[in-house]
Amino acid sequence: MHGLTPILSTVTASFLASFVEVVEAFTIVLAVGVTRSWRPALTGAALALAFLAALVLIFGPLLALVPITVLQFVVGVLLILFGMRWLRRAILRSAGVIALRDEEKAFSRETAALQRQADDRRADYLAAVASFKAVLLEGVEVVFIVIAVGAAHGQTFYAGLGALAAFVLVMLIGLAVHRPLARVPENALKFVVGLMLTSFGVFWTGEGLGAEWPGADLALLAIFAIIAVASFAIVRWLRGAYPAAAEGVAR
Amino acid sequence: MTVVRLVLNELVGMFVDDGSLALLALILIALVTAAVKLLALPPLIGGLLLLIGCLAILLDSARRARGKAR
Repeated sequence: MHGLTPILSTVTASFLASFVEVVEAFTIVLAVGVTRSWRPALTGAALALAFLAALVLIFGPLLALVPITVLQFVVGVLLILFGMRWLRRAILRSAGVIALRDEEKAFSRETAALQRQADDRRADYLAAVASFKAVLLEGVEVVFIVIAVGAAHGQTFYAGLGALAAFVLVMLIGLAVHRPLARVPENALKFVVGLMLTSFGVFWTGEGLGAEWPGADLALLAIFAIIAVASFAIVRWLRGAYPAAAEGVAR
Repeated sequence: MTVVRLVLNELVGMFVDDGSLALLALILIALVTAAVKLLALPPLIGGLLLLIGCLAILLDSARRARGKAR
Protein backbone atom coordinates (compact mmCIF):
# COMPACT_ATOMS: atom_id res chain seq x y z
CA MET A 1 0.00 0.00 0.00
CA HIS A 2 2.35 2.71 -1.19
CA GLY A 3 0.19 4.65 -3.66
CA LEU A 4 -0.91 8.24 -3.34
CA THR A 5 -4.49 7.33 -2.33
CA PRO A 6 -3.60 5.65 0.98
CA ILE A 7 -1.01 8.32 1.87
CA LEU A 8 -3.44 11.15 1.16
CA SER A 9 -6.29 9.44 3.00
CA THR A 10 -4.03 8.65 5.97
CA VAL A 11 -2.69 12.22 6.23
CA THR A 12 -6.17 13.73 5.74
CA ALA A 13 -7.85 11.48 8.33
CA SER A 14 -5.09 12.07 10.86
CA PHE A 15 -5.03 15.83 10.23
CA LEU A 16 -8.80 16.38 10.44
CA ALA A 17 -9.32 14.13 13.47
CA SER A 18 -6.36 15.65 15.32
CA PHE A 19 -7.47 19.17 14.39
CA VAL A 20 -10.83 18.68 16.11
CA GLU A 21 -9.19 17.17 19.22
CA VAL A 22 -6.55 19.91 19.45
CA VAL A 23 -9.23 22.62 19.12
CA GLU A 24 -11.10 21.09 22.08
CA ALA A 25 -7.94 20.87 24.21
CA PHE A 26 -6.93 24.40 23.18
CA THR A 27 -10.25 25.80 24.49
CA ILE A 28 -9.56 24.48 28.00
CA VAL A 29 -5.87 25.46 28.06
CA LEU A 30 -6.85 28.95 26.88
CA ALA A 31 -9.52 29.20 29.59
CA VAL A 32 -6.93 28.24 32.24
CA GLY A 33 -4.37 30.67 30.83
CA VAL A 34 -6.75 33.61 30.59
CA THR A 35 -8.61 33.01 33.86
CA ARG A 36 -5.76 31.94 36.13
CA SER A 37 -2.36 32.41 34.49
CA TRP A 38 -0.30 30.90 31.72
CA ARG A 39 2.12 29.13 34.06
CA PRO A 40 -0.29 26.40 35.30
CA ALA A 41 -1.91 26.25 31.85
CA LEU A 42 1.35 25.53 30.05
CA THR A 43 2.79 23.36 32.86
CA GLY A 44 -0.29 21.11 32.79
CA ALA A 45 -0.25 20.92 29.00
CA ALA A 46 3.50 20.17 28.88
CA LEU A 47 3.20 17.40 31.52
CA ALA A 48 0.34 15.82 29.57
CA LEU A 49 2.35 15.93 26.32
CA ALA A 50 5.31 14.33 28.14
CA PHE A 51 3.02 11.58 29.49
CA LEU A 52 1.61 10.97 26.00
CA ALA A 53 5.14 10.83 24.54
CA ALA A 54 6.08 8.24 27.18
CA LEU A 55 3.01 6.16 26.25
CA VAL A 56 4.00 6.23 22.57
CA LEU A 57 7.64 5.36 23.33
CA ILE A 58 6.63 2.45 25.57
CA PHE A 59 3.83 0.94 23.49
CA GLY A 60 4.79 2.05 19.96
CA PRO A 61 7.66 -0.44 19.44
CA LEU A 62 5.44 -3.31 20.67
CA LEU A 63 3.27 -2.90 17.56
CA ALA A 64 6.19 -4.03 15.38
CA LEU A 65 6.00 -7.43 17.10
CA VAL A 66 2.40 -8.05 16.01
CA PRO A 67 1.91 -9.90 12.67
CA ILE A 68 0.55 -7.49 10.03
CA THR A 69 -2.71 -9.37 9.33
CA VAL A 70 -3.49 -9.54 13.05
CA LEU A 71 -2.63 -5.83 13.39
CA GLN A 72 -4.85 -4.92 10.42
CA PHE A 73 -7.74 -6.92 11.88
CA VAL A 74 -7.42 -5.53 15.43
CA VAL A 75 -6.91 -1.95 14.25
CA GLY A 76 -9.76 -2.37 11.78
CA VAL A 77 -12.15 -3.53 14.51
CA LEU A 78 -11.12 -0.66 16.82
CA LEU A 79 -11.52 1.83 13.97
CA ILE A 80 -15.01 0.52 13.19
CA LEU A 81 -16.02 1.06 16.84
CA PHE A 82 -14.28 4.44 17.09
CA GLY A 83 -15.38 5.70 13.67
CA MET A 84 -19.01 4.63 14.07
CA ARG A 85 -19.14 6.41 17.43
CA TRP A 86 -17.99 9.66 15.77
CA LEU A 87 -20.27 9.13 12.81
CA ARG A 88 -23.32 8.40 14.98
CA ARG A 89 -22.84 11.61 16.95
CA ALA A 90 -22.21 13.65 13.79
CA ILE A 91 -25.38 12.24 12.19
CA LEU A 92 -27.45 13.00 15.30
CA ARG A 93 -26.01 16.53 15.51
CA SER A 94 -26.61 17.18 11.82
CA ALA A 95 -30.22 16.04 12.22
CA GLY A 96 -30.71 18.23 15.32
CA VAL A 97 -31.31 15.27 17.64
CA ILE A 98 -28.43 16.40 19.89
CA ALA A 99 -26.96 19.90 20.07
CA LEU A 100 -23.81 20.99 18.28
CA ARG A 101 -20.66 21.38 20.35
CA ASP A 102 -20.00 25.02 21.13
CA GLU A 103 -16.41 26.02 21.97
CA GLU A 104 -17.58 29.38 23.40
CA LYS A 105 -19.86 27.53 25.85
CA ALA A 106 -17.10 25.08 26.77
CA PHE A 107 -14.78 28.04 27.36
CA SER A 108 -17.37 29.80 29.55
CA ARG A 109 -18.03 26.62 31.56
CA GLU A 110 -14.32 26.12 32.23
CA THR A 111 -13.79 29.81 33.04
CA ALA A 112 -16.68 29.77 35.53
CA ALA A 113 -15.32 26.63 37.20
CA LEU A 114 -11.86 28.18 37.53
CA GLN A 115 -13.30 31.41 38.95
CA ARG A 116 -15.12 29.42 41.63
CA GLN A 117 -11.76 27.93 42.63
CA ALA A 118 -9.95 31.29 42.59
CA ASP A 119 -9.85 31.65 46.39
CA ASP A 120 -8.67 28.09 46.95
CA ARG A 121 -5.02 28.03 48.03
CA ARG A 122 -4.52 25.16 45.57
CA ALA A 123 -5.99 27.23 42.70
CA ASP A 124 -2.82 27.08 40.59
CA TYR A 125 -2.57 23.33 41.11
CA LEU A 126 -6.24 22.81 40.18
CA ALA A 127 -5.82 25.00 37.10
CA ALA A 128 -2.78 22.97 36.02
CA VAL A 129 -4.76 19.75 36.57
CA ALA A 130 -7.58 21.07 34.36
CA SER A 131 -5.09 21.85 31.61
CA PHE A 132 -3.33 18.50 32.09
CA LYS A 133 -6.59 16.53 31.87
CA ALA A 134 -7.79 18.35 28.75
CA VAL A 135 -4.55 17.79 26.85
CA LEU A 136 -4.17 14.22 28.11
CA LEU A 137 -7.71 13.10 27.24
CA GLU A 138 -7.81 14.72 23.81
CA GLY A 139 -4.19 13.64 23.25
CA VAL A 140 -5.00 9.98 23.94
CA GLU A 141 -7.48 10.14 21.08
CA VAL A 142 -4.88 11.76 18.80
CA VAL A 143 -2.33 9.05 19.67
CA PHE A 144 -4.89 6.33 18.94
CA ILE A 145 -5.86 7.95 15.64
CA VAL A 146 -2.22 8.27 14.53
CA ILE A 147 -1.44 4.67 15.45
CA ALA A 148 -4.70 3.31 14.04
CA VAL A 149 -4.66 5.02 10.65
CA GLY A 150 -0.91 4.65 10.28
CA ALA A 151 0.21 1.37 11.81
CA ALA A 152 -1.79 -1.13 9.78
CA HIS A 153 0.07 -0.19 6.59
CA GLY A 154 3.33 1.20 7.92
CA GLN A 155 2.26 4.82 7.50
CA THR A 156 2.63 6.02 11.06
CA PHE A 157 5.07 8.67 9.83
CA TYR A 158 2.48 10.21 7.47
CA ALA A 159 -0.24 9.95 10.13
CA GLY A 160 2.10 11.65 12.61
CA LEU A 161 2.77 14.42 10.10
CA GLY A 162 -0.98 15.00 9.74
CA ALA A 163 -1.40 15.26 13.52
CA LEU A 164 1.61 17.54 13.87
CA ALA A 165 0.29 19.82 11.12
CA ALA A 166 -3.06 20.02 12.92
CA PHE A 167 -1.33 20.88 16.21
CA VAL A 168 0.80 23.60 14.60
CA LEU A 169 -2.15 25.08 12.70
CA VAL A 170 -4.39 25.26 15.79
CA MET A 171 -1.57 26.84 17.82
CA LEU A 172 -0.90 29.44 15.10
CA ILE A 173 -4.60 30.33 14.74
CA GLY A 174 -5.02 30.28 18.52
CA LEU A 175 -2.07 32.60 19.09
CA ALA A 176 -3.39 34.94 16.42
CA VAL A 177 -7.01 35.18 17.61
CA HIS A 178 -6.40 34.48 21.32
CA ARG A 179 -9.92 33.17 21.85
CA PRO A 180 -11.80 29.86 21.49
CA LEU A 181 -11.91 28.64 17.90
CA ALA A 182 -15.70 28.69 17.79
CA ARG A 183 -15.89 29.24 14.03
CA VAL A 184 -14.25 25.93 13.23
CA PRO A 185 -17.00 23.78 11.64
CA GLU A 186 -16.44 21.00 14.17
CA ASN A 187 -19.47 18.89 13.29
CA ALA A 188 -18.70 18.92 9.58
CA LEU A 189 -15.12 17.90 10.35
CA LYS A 190 -16.29 15.19 12.74
CA PHE A 191 -18.72 13.93 10.09
CA VAL A 192 -15.90 13.59 7.54
CA VAL A 193 -13.56 12.01 10.12
CA GLY A 194 -16.25 9.55 11.21
CA LEU A 195 -16.76 8.56 7.57
CA MET A 196 -13.02 8.15 7.00
CA LEU A 197 -12.33 6.17 10.17
CA THR A 198 -15.29 3.84 9.59
CA SER A 199 -14.14 3.34 5.99
CA PHE A 200 -10.60 2.53 7.13
CA GLY A 201 -12.07 0.15 9.72
CA VAL A 202 -14.17 -1.80 7.21
CA PHE A 203 -11.32 -1.86 4.66
CA TRP A 204 -8.68 -3.14 7.08
CA THR A 205 -10.94 -5.60 8.90
CA GLY A 206 -11.77 -7.00 5.46
CA GLU A 207 -8.08 -7.19 4.58
CA GLY A 208 -7.38 -8.80 7.95
CA LEU A 209 -9.94 -11.47 7.03
CA GLY A 210 -8.11 -12.03 3.74
CA ALA A 211 -10.35 -10.01 1.38
CA GLU A 212 -8.73 -8.73 -1.81
CA TRP A 213 -10.80 -5.63 -2.46
CA PRO A 214 -11.51 -4.90 -6.13
CA GLY A 215 -9.32 -1.98 -7.23
CA ALA A 216 -7.03 -2.55 -4.21
CA ASP A 217 -6.51 0.77 -2.39
CA LEU A 218 -9.13 2.54 -4.53
CA ALA A 219 -11.77 0.38 -2.84
CA LEU A 220 -11.24 2.62 0.20
CA LEU A 221 -12.74 5.53 -1.77
CA ALA A 222 -15.70 3.39 -2.86
CA ILE A 223 -16.33 2.27 0.75
CA PHE A 224 -16.10 5.92 1.85
CA ALA A 225 -18.64 6.96 -0.81
CA ILE A 226 -21.10 4.20 0.14
CA ILE A 227 -20.91 5.06 3.87
CA ALA A 228 -21.21 8.78 3.07
CA VAL A 229 -24.33 8.30 0.92
CA ALA A 230 -25.92 6.07 3.57
CA SER A 231 -25.07 8.52 6.37
CA PHE A 232 -26.52 11.50 4.52
CA ALA A 233 -29.63 9.43 3.81
CA ILE A 234 -29.95 8.69 7.55
CA VAL A 235 -29.61 12.44 8.33
CA ARG A 236 -32.27 13.25 5.76
CA TRP A 237 -34.59 10.57 7.13
CA LEU A 238 -34.06 11.77 10.73
CA ARG A 239 -34.78 15.37 9.73
CA GLY A 240 -38.02 14.27 8.10
CA ALA A 241 -39.06 12.11 11.01
CA TYR A 242 -37.80 14.56 13.64
CA PRO A 243 -38.45 18.03 12.23
CA ALA A 244 -38.11 20.06 15.44
CA ALA A 245 -34.39 20.38 16.12
CA ALA A 246 -33.71 19.33 19.70
CA GLU A 247 -32.16 21.76 22.11
CA GLY A 248 -30.15 18.97 23.66
CA VAL A 249 -26.96 19.28 25.66
CA ALA A 250 -23.80 19.23 23.59
CA ARG A 251 -21.59 16.31 24.42
CA MET B 1 -2.72 5.75 39.51
CA THR B 2 -5.46 8.34 39.00
CA VAL B 3 -3.83 9.34 35.71
CA VAL B 4 -3.78 5.72 34.53
CA ARG B 5 -7.45 5.33 35.49
CA LEU B 6 -8.25 8.56 33.66
CA VAL B 7 -6.53 7.27 30.51
CA LEU B 8 -8.21 3.86 30.77
CA ASN B 9 -11.65 5.46 31.20
CA GLU B 10 -10.98 7.66 28.19
CA LEU B 11 -9.86 4.65 26.15
CA VAL B 12 -13.08 2.77 26.92
CA GLY B 13 -15.16 5.90 26.23
CA MET B 14 -13.45 6.28 22.86
CA PHE B 15 -15.03 3.07 21.61
CA VAL B 16 -18.23 2.82 23.60
CA ASP B 17 -20.79 5.61 23.51
CA ASP B 18 -24.01 3.88 22.61
CA GLY B 19 -23.39 0.46 24.23
CA SER B 20 -25.77 -1.31 21.85
CA LEU B 21 -23.95 0.04 18.81
CA ALA B 22 -20.59 -1.22 20.09
CA LEU B 23 -22.05 -4.60 21.12
CA LEU B 24 -23.86 -5.12 17.80
CA ALA B 25 -20.74 -4.12 15.86
CA LEU B 26 -18.66 -6.64 17.81
CA ILE B 27 -21.27 -9.38 17.27
CA LEU B 28 -21.36 -8.56 13.53
CA ILE B 29 -17.54 -8.75 13.29
CA ALA B 30 -17.50 -12.03 15.26
CA LEU B 31 -20.18 -13.59 13.03
CA VAL B 32 -18.48 -12.48 9.80
CA THR B 33 -15.08 -13.69 11.06
CA ALA B 34 -16.56 -17.06 12.06
CA ALA B 35 -18.27 -17.38 8.67
CA VAL B 36 -15.01 -16.65 6.82
CA LYS B 37 -12.75 -18.80 8.99
CA LEU B 38 -15.07 -21.72 9.78
CA LEU B 39 -17.63 -21.84 6.97
CA ALA B 40 -15.25 -20.88 4.12
CA LEU B 41 -17.25 -17.78 3.21
CA PRO B 42 -15.19 -15.85 0.61
CA PRO B 43 -13.38 -13.02 2.50
CA LEU B 44 -14.57 -10.40 0.02
CA ILE B 45 -18.20 -11.38 0.69
CA GLY B 46 -17.34 -11.15 4.39
CA GLY B 47 -15.99 -7.63 3.87
CA LEU B 48 -19.13 -6.58 1.99
CA LEU B 49 -21.37 -8.08 4.71
CA LEU B 50 -19.34 -6.10 7.24
CA LEU B 51 -19.97 -2.89 5.32
CA ILE B 52 -23.71 -3.51 4.98
CA GLY B 53 -23.97 -4.65 8.61
CA CYS B 54 -22.22 -1.54 9.92
CA LEU B 55 -24.63 0.69 8.01
CA ALA B 56 -27.62 -1.26 9.36
CA ILE B 57 -26.29 -0.92 12.92
CA LEU B 58 -25.75 2.81 12.42
CA LEU B 59 -29.31 3.22 11.14
CA ASP B 60 -30.68 1.25 14.11
CA SER B 61 -28.66 3.35 16.59
CA ALA B 62 -29.84 6.62 15.00
CA ARG B 63 -33.44 5.38 15.04
CA ARG B 64 -33.20 4.51 18.73
CA ALA B 65 -31.57 7.86 19.58
CA ARG B 66 -34.37 9.67 17.75
CA GLY B 67 -36.95 7.67 19.68
CA LYS B 68 -35.32 8.56 23.01
CA ALA B 69 -35.10 12.27 22.16
CA ARG B 70 -38.75 12.46 21.10
